[in-house]
Amino acid sequence: MGLRLPSKVLEHILSFIDSNEDRNSVSLVCKSWFETERKTRKRVFVGNCYAVSPAAVAKRFPGMRSLTLKGKPHFADYNLVPDGWGGYAWPWIEAMAAKCPSLEEIRLKRMVVTDECLEKIAASFKDFKVLVLTSCEGFSTDGIAAIAATCRNLRVLELRECIVEDLGGDWLSYFPETSTSLVSLDFSCLDSEVKISDLERLVSRSPNLKSLKLNPAVTLDGLVSLLRRAPQLTELGTGSFAAQLKPEAFSKLSEAFSNCKQLQSLSGLWDVLPEYLPALYSVCPGLTSLNLSYATVRMPDLVELLRRCSKLQKLWVMDLIEDKGLEAVASYCKELRELRVFPSAPDLDEANIPLTEQGLVFVSKGCRKLESVLYFCVQFTNAALLTIARKRPNLKCFRLCVIEPFAPDYKTNEPLDKGFKAIAEGCKDLRRLSVSGLLSDKAFKYIGKHAKKVRMLSIAFAGDSDLMLHHLLSGCESLKKLEIRDCPFGDTALLEHAAKLETMRSLWMSSCFVSFGACKLLSQKMPRLNVEVIDEHPPETRPESSPVERIYIYRTVAGPRMDTPEFVWTIHKNPEIGVSHLAIK
Amino acid sequence: MSYRLLRVDKEEPGLKERNYLGLSDCSSVDSSTIPNVDKSNLNFKATELRLGLPESQSSERETDFGLLSPRTLDEKLLFPLLPCKDNASATTGHKNVVSGNKRGFADTWDEFSGVKGSVRPGGINMMLSPKVKDVPKSIQDERSQAKGGGLNNAPAAKAQVVGWPPIRSYRKNTMASSTSKNTDEVDGKPGLGALFVKVSMDGAPYLRKVDLRTYTSYQQLSSALEKMFSCFTLGQYGLHGAQGRERMSEIKLKDLLHGSEFVLTYEDKDGDWMLVGDVPWEIFTETCQKLKIMKGSDSIGLAPGAVEKSKNKERV
Repeated sequence: MGLRLPSKVLEHILSFIDSNEDRNSVSLVCKSWFETERKTRKRVFVGNCYAVSPAAVAKRFPGMRSLTLKGKPHFADYNLVPDGWGGYAWPWIEAMAAKCPSLEEIRLKRMVVTDECLEKIAASFKDFKVLVLTSCEGFSTDGIAAIAATCRNLRVLELRECIVEDLGGDWLSYFPETSTSLVSLDFSCLDSEVKISDLERLVSRSPNLKSLKLNPAVTLDGLVSLLRRAPQLTELGTGSFAAQLKPEAFSKLSEAFSNCKQLQSLSGLWDVLPEYLPALYSVCPGLTSLNLSYATVRMPDLVELLRRCSKLQKLWVMDLIEDKGLEAVASYCKELRELRVFPSAPDLDEANIPLTEQGLVFVSKGCRKLESVLYFCVQFTNAALLTIARKRPNLKCFRLCVIEPFAPDYKTNEPLDKGFKAIAEGCKDLRRLSVSGLLSDKAFKYIGKHAKKVRMLSIAFAGDSDLMLHHLLSGCESLKKLEIRDCPFGDTALLEHAAKLETMRSLWMSSCFVSFGACKLLSQKMPRLNVEVIDEHPPETRPESSPVERIYIYRTVAGPRMDTPEFVWTIHKNPEIGVSHLAIK
Repeated sequence: MSYRLLRVDKEEPGLKERNYLGLSDCSSVDSSTIPNVDKSNLNFKATELRLGLPESQSSERETDFGLLSPRTLDEKLLFPLLPCKDNASATTGHKNVVSGNKRGFADTWDEFSGVKGSVRPGGINMMLSPKVKDVPKSIQDERSQAKGGGLNNAPAAKAQVVGWPPIRSYRKNTMASSTSKNTDEVDGKPGLGALFVKVSMDGAPYLRKVDLRTYTSYQQLSSALEKMFSCFTLGQYGLHGAQGRERMSEIKLKDLLHGSEFVLTYEDKDGDWMLVGDVPWEIFTETCQKLKIMKGSDSIGLAPGAVEKSKNKERV
C-alpha cells in the first residue's frame, strides 16, 4: 500500500496552487485528491456556461468564493449571433444562491443578466464583494440600485460595455451613507446623468477607492471635484472632456490631475478637445495604460501627449494616430506591451487615413516588449508581416484586421500566405491569432504546422477549400476556440476531425458551406458535443445538402440546453429525429 | 413546457413548393425546390447511423458542392424575412429604449443576404474551380474592376456586411453618438418624450420606473408591470430564465390581480390616489404622477366601480 497523505496536509499543499489548469490536473490523480481539491477550490472559471450545468458546478465546489462565466460566442460582439440566443445568468445565480452562500465575486461576460438576477445576488450572498459584468445585457439601473443598496461590503462594481436599460441616475443614491468599502466603480456605459453631489459624497467616504470610471454625462467640473476628493486613484475613466473653454476650467483641471500622483491608467476621454489634453501632461510620466480609442484627436496632439508617456505599457488608440504617430510611439514608449489601433471610420468609403502597415512595423521594431497587437488597417503586405515576425518573436496575441475582405498584398498582389507563415513560425508563443486579407489554403497549412500554442483563432473571408479546415484541425494542437466566417469549406474536414472538436471549447462557423446533413452526422457521432444550428426555418425544410447559415458547436457534459429560442436548433443525437427544438411556450 | 420534436419524415410545410420571391411564377424557385420523393430519400440516407468515416458521404458532398450553383445561393439571398421576434428578456416591457445595436434575427439576415452575392464573387469562383493559383488573380481583377483601380471607392455593398469589420457594437454606437453630440447640445437629461413614473408595490423592497410613452394602452402597461413585479409575488416558484418567467408571471400575477389581492392605482396631479383604468389612456398618461400596486384591502376607499373593471380586464 502506498503512503496516503492526510487530507489536511493535502489541503495545505493545494492552498499554494492557484491556477485552475493545475487544479484540474490535481483532481485527476485519484478520488481523494479530487475530493480535497474540489472542497478547497475558491475560484471557479467556466468558459462556456452551457458546457456544464450550474447544479453540477455548485455541488462540486461548495466552497466557491469567486465565479467567472462566459456565455455567448465571441462573434456575438459583431452582431453575428441573433438576440435571444441564450446565455442566461439566472440558472447560475439561482443554483449558487442555494448551494454556495459564501460566494463573494461574480464575473460574467456576454451573458443575459436580468434585474431579478441582480436582486437575487443582492439578497443571497451576505458577503458579496465583486460584481463585474462585461458585454452583458438584459438589466436596468434598477438592478444596479439593488446591488448598491444591499451589498454592504461591496468593493467592486464594474459595468464594462454593457447594454443597460438606463432609467435614470438614481441608482447611485442607493449606496447607503454607511458604505465605505468601495474600491472600484465603473459606470462608463450608462447614459444618464448621476447626481454629482451623490457621487462626491460616495467618493469622499470611500478611502479605498482606487478605480473610478465615469460615464460621458459627468462634466469636466464634476471630474475636477471628484479628483480633488480622490487623489489616491490609480485608474480613472473620465467623463466628457468637452466643455466651454474657460481659462479657469483648464487650470483647475490641470491642478486636479497634478495632485493624482498615483494615477496609472487613464481612459474615457470622449469628445476630448485637444486644448484640454495638456491638463494631462502631469500624469503622463506615470501612466502605464492609456485608452485614447474614443478620442477624436489628431496626430500632432496625440504625439504631444504620448511622447511624455515613457512608462506606457498599454495603448489603445484610433487610426488618427497615423504612421507618423506610431513612429513616435516606437521611440518614446519603450515599455509598450500592448497596442490596439481601431478604425475611426469603419466604412471604407469614408476618410482616407494615412495609417498603413508601416505604423505597425515601426512599433514592432521600436518596442521590444510588444506582445499583444490588435490592428485595423485597410491593406497590408507580406513584407511587413515578415518584419513584424522577425522583430517580435515574443508576440503572444496577434490580431490583424485587414478591413478590405480578400485584400492581397497590395504591393505584390499575392495572398498574405507568406506573411502569416512568418508570424506562425516566428512567434512561437502565439496564443491568439486573427487573420485577414487574401489567404489561400496554404496559409492554413503553415498555421497548422507552426502555431502549436495558439488557443484561439479567428478567420474571415479566407481559404479555398476543405483543406484549410483540415490543416487547422489536424495541426493546431492547443486550439480551444475557433471562429470562422465566410470561408468556402464544406463537410469533409469537419467530419474527418470530429474527435478534435471535443478537445476544444467551441467552434463557430457562419456563412461557410457546411451542410445540415453533416451537422446531423457530427452530432450523432459525437455524444458530448452540442451542435446548434441557428436558422430562421427548421433546417429540415431544406435539402440535406444545403448549407446551414450559422453553426455553433461546443463540448458539454450537460446535454442539449433547454432554453433555446425558436431559431436555434440543437441537432438531436437520435438518428430518427432530425432536430430537437425544445420550445418553452 | 411543451417539447416539440420535429420528425424528419413528417409532412412539413417545407416539402411544399416554397415561393421565396412571393411571386406566382419564378423559374429559379421552381427549379430549386426538390420534389417530395427525392427529398425523403435524401433524408433517409442522412439519418442512417454510420460508424465509419463518412467517406462515401463526403464524396457525395463534393458533388453537391459542384452542384451548388449560384442559383442556390440566389435562393438563399431571397429568403422571406420574418418579422423580428422580441426574444430578449421579458423582464421589461419596453425594449425600444435600447440603442440600435440590438439586432433582430431578420436584420442580420437582411443585411447579409442582400450583400452576400456582391461580397463574394470570388467565393463562388473558388468553390467551382479547384485551381488555386488562378483564383487570387481573378479576385484581384474583379476587385480592381469593381473599384476602378482605386482603393478608396469601395463598393457600397461592402459597408453593409454584417459584423465586418469586426468592431464591437458598443464602440460603433459610442462613436456614432459622440459625433452627434458634437453637433447638438446635450444636457444629460433623459431622452425627449420619455415619461418616467415611479412604480411601487406593497411589500416589494425596490421601486421601479416605467416610461408611459412606450405603451399605448392599459393592456400593455399591465402586462409590463406584471412582468416587472412578478418576482415579488412568485418568491417560492423562482424564475426560469426569460421565457419560463414570462409564462409563470402570466399565470400567477394574473390570478392574484384577478383575485383582487393586488390592485393597480396611480396618483394624479392633484395628489389623489385613483384606480387605474377609469380614464382614457391619453388622459391617464398626462395626469399620472406615480403608480402603486396596492393590496386589494387597501383600495377599498377608492372608486368601487374600478375594482370590477380590473377583474374584467382581458389578459393576453
